[in-house]
Amino acid sequence: MAVSSQRAAAGTPGTAAKQRSAASHHGGRFTPYLFLAPYLVVFGIFVLAPAGYGLWISLHSWDYLLPGKPFVGLENYTELFSSVSRYGPDFWESMRATGTFTVTSVPLLVTIPLGVAVVLNQQFPGRALFRAVYFGPYVLGVAVIGVLWRFLLDPNVGVMNFYLGKLGLPDDIPWTTALPWGWVSLVGPTVWWTLGFNTVIYLAGLQDISREYYDAAKTDGANAWQSFRHVTLPGLRPVIVFVLTITVLGSGIMFGQSLLITQGAPSFETRSAIWFIADTGLRQFQMGDAAAMSYILSLFLIVIAIVIFKFLGRRVD
Amino acid sequence: MTKKRPTRRYDRREFLGLGAGLSATALLAACGGGGATNNPSVQNQSGGTFGTGDTYDGPKVELDFWNGFTGGDGPFMQKLIGDFQAENDNIAVKMNTVEWETYYQKVPAAVQVGKGPDIGIMHIDQLPTNAARNVIVPLDDLATALDLTKDDFSPEVWDAGIYNDARYGVPLDVHPLAFFYNKTTMEKGGLDPNKPPQTKDELTSALEQLKSQDIQGMWISPFLFTGGFMWMTVTWQNGGDLYNSDATSAAFNSEQGVSALEWLVSLSEDGYSPRNVAQDAENIAFMDGRNAFVWNGVWNINPYDDAENLDWGVARIPRIGQQDATWGGSHNFVIMNKPEQDTNKLEASKVFISWVSQHSADWAKAGQVPARQSVQESQAFKQLGPQSIVASQLPDVHFQPPVPGIGDAVPILEAAVGDAVLLKSSPEDALAKAEQQVNQLLEENAEKYGS
Repeated sequence: MAVSSQRAAAGTPGTAAKQRSAASHHGGRFTPYLFLAPYLVVFGIFVLAPAGYGLWISLHSWDYLLPGKPFVGLENYTELFSSVSRYGPDFWESMRATGTFTVTSVPLLVTIPLGVAVVLNQQFPGRALFRAVYFGPYVLGVAVIGVLWRFLLDPNVGVMNFYLGKLGLPDDIPWTTALPWGWVSLVGPTVWWTLGFNTVIYLAGLQDISREYYDAAKTDGANAWQSFRHVTLPGLRPVIVFVLTITVLGSGIMFGQSLLITQGAPSFETRSAIWFIADTGLRQFQMGDAAAMSYILSLFLIVIAIVIFKFLGRRVD
Repeated sequence: MTKKRPTRRYDRREFLGLGAGLSATALLAACGGGGATNNPSVQNQSGGTFGTGDTYDGPKVELDFWNGFTGGDGPFMQKLIGDFQAENDNIAVKMNTVEWETYYQKVPAAVQVGKGPDIGIMHIDQLPTNAARNVIVPLDDLATALDLTKDDFSPEVWDAGIYNDARYGVPLDVHPLAFFYNKTTMEKGGLDPNKPPQTKDELTSALEQLKSQDIQGMWISPFLFTGGFMWMTVTWQNGGDLYNSDATSAAFNSEQGVSALEWLVSLSEDGYSPRNVAQDAENIAFMDGRNAFVWNGVWNINPYDDAENLDWGVARIPRIGQQDATWGGSHNFVIMNKPEQDTNKLEASKVFISWVSQHSADWAKAGQVPARQSVQESQAFKQLGPQSIVASQLPDVHFQPPVPGIGDAVPILEAAVGDAVLLKSSPEDALAKAEQQVNQLLEENAEKYGS
């Protein structure tokens, strides 16, 4: 706008308008693509091409070190749906593990940070400190939190059971070796670890909601809950959809926690899909099978993301 | 495979960090195509022809030597290298240590793009897989030059290094499972700390005695380390085996295999072990005195020595079945495939491997049994008390069969043992399920690696 008004001021109004329309017709058609080009190149090389290559791999029996990589068509996919195949049952067990983790962790990771954000959005002494405290764990790597919690939660020698015992509570809870405790040990630390990130996004969203809406609500006699329900939540809608989506996708590719905290125990029931895929492809070198599994997992995540956007993403303006 | 579990944890942590980088490497490798192993001219290349001397007179070379000695064993190897370099000033050996789990992913990728090391260490059950995948080259010439013969090694460790009639590994050590006992705990439980149980009956009555003093005497882990190894060991002791003679089908779902697993489960059911033992917990509990007995790898000798307030002893694995048998692994020297082998480096590698092999009594201090019988019989080795007790088991050591891809069966066996020990399924059902999966794996492997 600033540029065009300067231009308009420079020449007579008529020529300026002509120049402007000529410019937008001439260079304009490709301009957006030119601006997108650098990203598209990177996206193409690092996302589209590998994805296409992965699809190709998934149609073969593929070990990158063996000279023969026979084409097997859809066999890698159909075998996954057979109950007697080598990878099928274990793959679906790992998908179930990832699903269980997602279903239990996402609600907590969407709601708890929202509450924390609303509280941290108030004015009170030490607010900055609390914001840092909640965000703190997020800066740690998964390896750090994984090893940390594994030691804390170790059922036989861990600190958690030790102190539970001191408090007169049961001190033999199999946190990392039996279900459902294994899920508690995966979801709990994950919530503690990543809560800060979602909180920060919510905080940004909260600061984007105009004060005037709250003032108007107050004038209409709304109490705190009503203004949260009718001002905050609708105002945060796009942010909530965003948080929900990235949290679902993040949980869907969970790997480090189950590898490090429960180590798949009890007997691989908490082994996540990504872990199983990485193991199949990179340790057993069955890259065709692993690629097929990746595509199935991706398909699940794509469908879930579409559903979220379709049902929650519409803005009611 | 040979590291005790505490170190393996970090393997996995590193594995995480490596994930992204590795998949990129693997992808590049796959795209590259022209790497070492796809080039037909180097595919069946051998390690080259070696001279017979033990010295190297060529120009100064630097050898890259990769291994997974990340635990207490690393410094021992580093010291050997130092001693070697002091004697051979025209050979520099650069050691690069990567956790074993990462190592077996990283090495093939590096070799594929022509960035592999000159020398490496591999476990005996990894040799055929890596031979089939053209990661390592045959070493028959080297073995001849070093005058290595079957006579100087136990036949199992010697034969397991052969794939498709060619030798791929020079055995450095053997590391069997051994029976470690905590003397303090035994005493506390009213047992003679100098009389470790060596038969099934002795073990049962010792555990019963400990139980009467509220000590759970032998914790059964549902993981490979150590529950999986215990099951394999007892299966062999019962006269069974994991696979048929040419490892084309599973043989563990047998009377011997099932009764071995039933015995493990019964220890837990009879209250000699807690339920739900976490990974490594049996070992930690052993070191802090709550557990009396562990069946663990010989590589624990140094960690136990370093542990404060731990008064321990080591004995042969008790005989639960009708014969003596124990699980074991072995580290082997290997030479990596290269687009173009440098004769000088090959010559220098030979001198290095030969030298370390002769000095493997020093390596034994890292908690290993030297593979060479001449070294086992040396005074230097006999002075290492615990190691030489463990060495007496060598005739009873069982390795995994030398077929490519056999390592992929291990997680299936681990899951079966875990399912049974955690009482999620009966030993019969767990082994039947594993049998089906393993047979499928072996069939696929035969197809994949078929000669």
